Amino acid sequence: MRLSSKELLTNTLHRSDSELTAALKAGDQEAFTELVERFSPTVYNLALRLMGSPQAAEDVLQETFLSAFRAIDRFEGRSQLGTWLYRIAYNAALMQLRKRELPTSSIDAPMVNEEGDETPRQLVDWGPRPDQLALAGELRALLHAAVATLPKTLQAVFVLRDIEGLSTAATADVLGLTETNVKVRLHRARLALREQLTPYFAAVVAPAQAGSGDLASQQEAVRALQEPVGRVVGIR
Amino acid sequence: MHCRNLLAALSEYVDGDLTPALCSAIERHMAECDNCRIVVDTLRKTVLLYRVYGHEEVPPDARARLYAVLKLEPGELAAR
Repeated sequence: MRLSSKELLTNTLHRSDSELTAALKAGDQEAFTELVERFSPTVYNLALRLMGSPQAAEDVLQETFLSAFRAIDRFEGRSQLGTWLYRIAYNAALMQLRKRELPTSSIDAPMVNEEGDETPRQLVDWGPRPDQLALAGELRALLHAAVATLPKTLQAVFVLRDIEGLSTAATADVLGLTETNVKVRLHRARLALREQLTPYFAAVVAPAQAGSGDLASQQEAVRALQEPVGRVVGIR
Repeated sequence: MHCRNLLAALSEYVDGDLTPALCSAIERHMAECDNCRIVVDTLRKTVLLYRVYGHEEVPPDARARLYAVLKLEPGELAAR
């Protein structure tokens, strides 16, 4: 019997890690498809930030799933499937980066030191709607460029925690760090990004660009940015 | 509370991970310190911008090539 896509989706949403792992080990093609669907977005985003280009990120994406498919029999379920995959992706990215090191490493050297001074230098307020200062595409490019200035270890923590929404514990597990270390690195990454972005968003408010970008998501962001601190980020 | 103490606790503050007592200490400090208020506010906006705009979808052609390399039928599920 062939399942409709709706039934497949329903089954998928309820399949636990251990059920999915069992299906993968049994060679179930739909399970492999599900693995790709569920985890490729975060694998791709982690790779994209670490590698710096969509082409290199795609290579890491392919390599990650090829490695995972080959190694699934050895997956023992001690960590979550996602954690296991993201760890494969992180290692694949680091391997690629090591290959490309030298002679360009001086050009690629991060502008921010991992252990650097954390004292804020940019003390100018931002305009109320930073997301409307640039067209949606420009804003994404700007955010991407700012992350690119961070050292790899801070990039990895920041992507997994703040962009992909992994917990501190899961991020620590993927990257082989302690939870305290994840928190310290996340804090440094955020402070450094705030410094990088401030010159673009400082005080001056540009008029809203008519018909620019994805209006619905812009409006959502604007609403979020106008909310008081506590409600948006859940301060208790 | 001094600016330096606030700075160290800032990420935990915007994540809502501090005790109510520490939160109110921070809020009292911010009421008197413009620089700290600005740093807290712009750090919070930094985090929000990345939450809303930071994630990139896998490009459709990259997704198609991934399935081809893996010798899988493209998923019937929506990507996210």
